[in-house]
This record gives sequence, C-alpha cells and structure tokens, in this order.
Amino acid sequence: MMGQVETSTAPAEAPVQAVGDEILRVEGLVKHFPIKSGIFKRTVGQVRAVDGVDLTVRPGETVGIVGESGCGKTTLGRTIIKLLEPTDGKIVFDGQDISRFRRRQMRSVRRDVQIVFQDPYASLNPRMTVREIVGEPLRIHGLYRRGEGRRRVEELLRTVGLSPEHANRFPHEFSGGQRQRIGVARALALNPKMLVLDEPVSALDVSIQAQVVNLLVQLQNEFGLTYLFIAHDLSVVRHISDRVAVMYLGKFVETGTRQQLYETPMHPYTQALLSAVPIDSPNLRGKRQRIVLKGDVPSPANPPSGCRFRTRCWKAQEICAQEDPALVKRSGGDHPVACHFAEVMRPLDVVGQATAS
Amino acid sequence: MPDPVLSVRDLTVEFKTEDGIVHAVTGVSYDVFPGETLGVVGESGSGKSVSVMTMLGLTPMPPGRLLSGEALYKGRDLLRMPKKELRDIRGGQMAMIFQDPMTSLNPVLTIGEQIAEAIQVHNPGTNDEDARKRVVELLELVGVPSASSRFDQYPHEFSGGMRQRAMIAMAIANDPQVLIADEPTTALDVTIQAQIIEVMRAAQQETHAAIILITHDLGLIAELADRVVVMYAGRVVELGDVHTIFNSPRHPYTVGLMNSLARLDADQEWLRPIPGQPPSLITPPPGCAFHPRCELSQGRALCRTDVPPLRDFGEGGLHRSACHFAEEVAAYQAATTAAVGAAHAS
Repeated sequence: MMGQVETSTAPAEAPVQAVGDEILRVEGLVKHFPIKSGIFKRTVGQVRAVDGVDLTVRPGETVGIVGESGCGKTTLGRTIIKLLEPTDGKIVFDGQDISRFRRRQMRSVRRDVQIVFQDPYASLNPRMTVREIVGEPLRIHGLYRRGEGRRRVEELLRTVGLSPEHANRFPHEFSGGQRQRIGVARALALNPKMLVLDEPVSALDVSIQAQVVNLLVQLQNEFGLTYLFIAHDLSVVRHISDRVAVMYLGKFVETGTRQQLYETPMHPYTQALLSAVPIDSPNLRGKRQRIVLKGDVPSPANPPSGCRFRTRCWKAQEICAQEDPALVKRSGGDHPVACHFAEVMRPLDVVGQATAS
Repeated sequence: MPDPVLSVRDLTVEFKTEDGIVHAVTGVSYDVFPGETLGVVGESGSGKSVSVMTMLGLTPMPPGRLLSGEALYKGRDLLRMPKKELRDIRGGQMAMIFQDPMTSLNPVLTIGEQIAEAIQVHNPGTNDEDARKRVVELLELVGVPSASSRFDQYPHEFSGGMRQRAMIAMAIANDPQVLIADEPTTALDVTIQAQIIEVMRAAQQETHAAIILITHDLGLIAELADRVVVMYAGRVVELGDVHTIFNSPRHPYTVGLMNSLARLDADQEWLRPIPGQPPSLITPPPGCAFHPRCELSQGRALCRTDVPPLRDFGEGGLHRSACHFAEEVAAYQAATTAAVGAAHAS
C-alpha cells in the first residue's frame, strides 16, 4: 500500500498478489542535507532530497522506484536501510521500528536487508579476491567457519552463475556483468530477506543487462526475496516490478501496479517520462505522441511552492502553486496520484497507422 | 545514390597495453552520404568510437597504431593529411558533439566566448560583434532561453541539457558537412534526452550536415538514423537501412541485441539476453568473434575457423552481413522473437 496512509477519498489500492502483509513500511520519511556556507559553516539551507515518502512493501514482491537524476531515489534507498540517518519519519522493517536504531542495533537488521550498488567497478575492493569479497559479510557476522565458509562462498558463486574456480581471482579479471554477479553474491551471503538494488544494471551493456535482470528474477523466485528496485530505465523497471512509484523532487507523484502506471498513467510527469523514452522500432517513428517538457528539474534546495512539477507542467493552474496535491486516488483513476488535474492518458499507444515502410 | 561525403576503407587500429595488443578496430569500411544520419551501434569495446575518432586524428598514437586504411573526405585521406589541414577541417567542415559536455567545454571561458572562438578560428575575418550576433542566433536555434544574456554565463551555470545544447550550437557554428555525435544523450535524463533529440533534428535541418551517430542505444538509432552500422569486437558485422536492420536483420548479433531489450510497452516473463561475456580484444576468438555467444552457430566448424566476410544482401551493397549462415538468420529471428512474443502474451 503505497500512497498516503490517511486518505479520505478512497481505501488504499488492492494488493497485487496474495503475499503476506508487509516486510517494510515507511511513513513520512524525510532526508534533508544541510547546505553549509561561510567560515563558521553555518547551515544556510536544506537540500530536501527525500521530502515525505510513504511506502509499504510486501514480502516477495518487487517495488520499482523510478525517477530522473536528482529526484532523491538513491537517497531514499540508502535512508531506508540507514546508510543515511533519516531526518524525520518512521521505517518499520520486519515488524521493528528501525528509524532510531544505532549502528550496533542495525547489525542484526543488516543480515536481513542488503544493498547492491550501481557501479560494479567502484563497489568491489580491487585488492580482495572474489572469495574474500563474497565471504566478507560472513566474517563480519562471525559466520565464516573454516571449510564451511569456503563451501558457502562457492555455493554462492554457483548461485549467481559464476564458477567456483573464480573464487581466487581479483575483480579486475572480470567483465562488468560478472562483477555485478559478484556484488549480488555478496549481498546474498547472509540469506537476506530483502535487497535494495540501486541501478543494478545501468552500467552494463544491453546484452549483459538482460542476463543480470533474469538472474535477479530467478533468485527472487528461488529464495522468495523482496526487492526495492531503484532505476531510471523505465523499460527495465516495468519488466521487473510488481508495483512502481514515480519520484520527482523528493516525493512520490504516482504509485500503482505496473499495469496501472504504464497502461493508464495519470500524472503529467509520468506521462511525459513514458513518452520521452526513445521508441524501439523505426516503424513507430512519429507514431507516438511525444511530450517534450520545457526546462530542467528545479533545485531540491529550493523546490517550487505547491506542486513541485508545476514549473514544467502544461496543465498548471493557480491552485498548483498554492496547494501541494496529495497522493490519493482521484476520480477516473484506480491508483494514487498527486495531481490536481489527474487524468488518464496513454502515451505508449500508437497514434494512427503504424506501417512498416 | 550521390557520392559519399566520407568513405572509410579497411581501417585497422590497435592499442599497445601492458596486457597485450588490443585489436580495437579491424578492417572497418563504410560510407557516409550527404545529409544522412548514419548510426554506428555497438556495445562497449566494439570499436564504434575508436573508428570515428581515428578519422579525426583524435586517437592518441601511441599507444594507438594505425595499421591500415584510409578515410576519404571529399577525395582526400584524413589519415594522411598534414596536422594543420586536419585541424582546419575539424571543428569546421567536420564537427563533434561528445557525450559529456562538462568535460568538453572550457570551464574558464563563457559559453558565448567559446562558440565565438570556434567561429573566429575558422573564419578569421569575423569581428567580435558579428560573432556575438551569430552565437546568439545559434543558441536560440538550439533552444537556449534568453540566449543573449546566457552568452556571458560559464559552463557551470548551465544545466547538463543546456550544456549539450551549447555543444551542438558550437558544432554547427561553421556549417559542417559532417557532424559526429558520440553518445550525445547518454549522460542525460530521459526528458532532457527527448529535448536534445529535437535539437539534433533541427540542427540537421539547418545545416544539411551528414550525422554520424555513435551510440549503444538502439532506441536512439530507431529514432534518428537513416542507415545503421552494427559493430562487434572491432568489426562491422552488419550494415543497412534502418528499417532493414530492425525488421529483417541478417546477423545473429543484431537479432540478439534487439531481443535482449526490455520492452516499455509490453510485459515479458523473461528477457532474452545474449549468452556469455563480451570477447577479449587482446585474444579475440578465432573465426567469427561472435561464435562463442552465437545461438545460430551451433558449434559449426566454419564459425570457429574462418572470419566471415561482409556479404551483400541488398542491391548495390546497401545491406551487408558478416555471418557465414546469414541465410538462416530470418528463421532464427522468427523463432526467437516468437518466444519473446509468447512471453508477452502470458
């Protein structure tokens, strides 16, 4: 149940599939970064990277968070697993409120929630062998036993499609896709319940991206993992997600099932995003409506009043500057959307006859 | 068909590294015709950038080494031209747009000064006032708002999208015949990318330049290219009209590349990746470099022993494929896309 917890207009959306109740609940999450200036490093402002996010994730599902650079999606992921300390709000993971947990308390939580980073070149220590990298979480948690630990690392390598002989090599001996597999093996070492995947395939070539995406889906099926999948690639997010949240300047502007988001988007920003993705066939050239937004994303240090998207929105009226639209179901729709003028539009539909020429 | 504005023939470039000799580009040939957009597509390490940068004299030598080839621009070989002459052509009749506008603009000069300099270097008679007028025109053309006041701003005061617009303005400042765009939108967000695609279309309309679009993004190719060169492991594996390449490809790598894309407008149960890893360019596989990952090869000996030549499939060399079994690709494509289609339906 993503969306505002208290909505007067409608009950929260129906579950996508019959999975248990929830593994993660985030309420009113805020992460501000101070802007310091002058010789006394006085705080002169706040970058409002995450500014009031509600999110519920059920066990075994994949929730995709999609948005452009600077929208706060990476900060959101890192704050949820407390790599960054939240400014405000509540994070309940597996029944425990971890928002005020200290480092030591987080240790036990970290066994259950792991992160996979974007850059497979920067996230693996070049001086460690693959065995050491994948075995490190086990060592940190005192679970690496002689013989057994070795076997576990080899099992993990096989799980992610690498061979146990790779264990003695160093990261530089591997291609990008193989490195990302090593990163996934490391994340799986402690049998976590949930993975936060922060742009896990965007640094990889297309043919390799598909391999890693398939691996993630297969691992999820096998181990019942829950994924928070953060990415800017709308096609990959559609492929892997059960539900999707679209983020703009620190807030969710629209949430729903993948069907709802991609087939009946209601927020102008979601519609613009979908329409802006290059088509994948020259036959469709000029056959799809393209919304080209004016201007750039405003600074999160000084977001526009009211609706944050209004400065680039073709529908904006006076009310948009005055009132921040709540993320609730709106008339004519079946999922929460934060827009005063929400309306279904299908940017992926082909306009007119698409013919091969 | 008119005469090509640029012809590359048998270009072979290698790099000396600590690990061995990297065979970056091997025997690459293609033509660029006036006013067209030629897409050069391939994954990292395919040689798509090196082949083009070498023509412009922008490949550092050493460690790079030109083993063979010529690049004929208006009948003259760019690869053997005196440096001074090549400099005159570069930024003038042949201009470039790079992936990262932040590193390709000079941070200590204003945007306007840099574009004006580009004009004045190639047109020494131009006075400052005329140059400024022309720059403002160019900035307006590429959609930089309040162009006359932004003339005096520095690159760091421009957003990524605006910088890329400024780069395009600079590239078209001297009415180029050939515009080389190396991953022009890769560093940009999708909504900004859509803006830049429009700007590139406008820039081409204005200058009638031929564009060489180097990218890994098949979507960008589908949007912009008239013809496509597909590269793998330093060689051209397929070449043809954009519709032909997308609708009836004749190389299993091209098919695999398109099959592995996640779709925006349909649900798939599984993606269909190309198996295996990209080849080493130091010790490339013998025969066809794609054979270890090729589902069509089925271990046939010919693929392992002989490098397949580029063979003609269309009239007049308009569609070429370097696959020993190119005749089987249509059936292979039908079978594999049917499998993807079935996944859509489920």
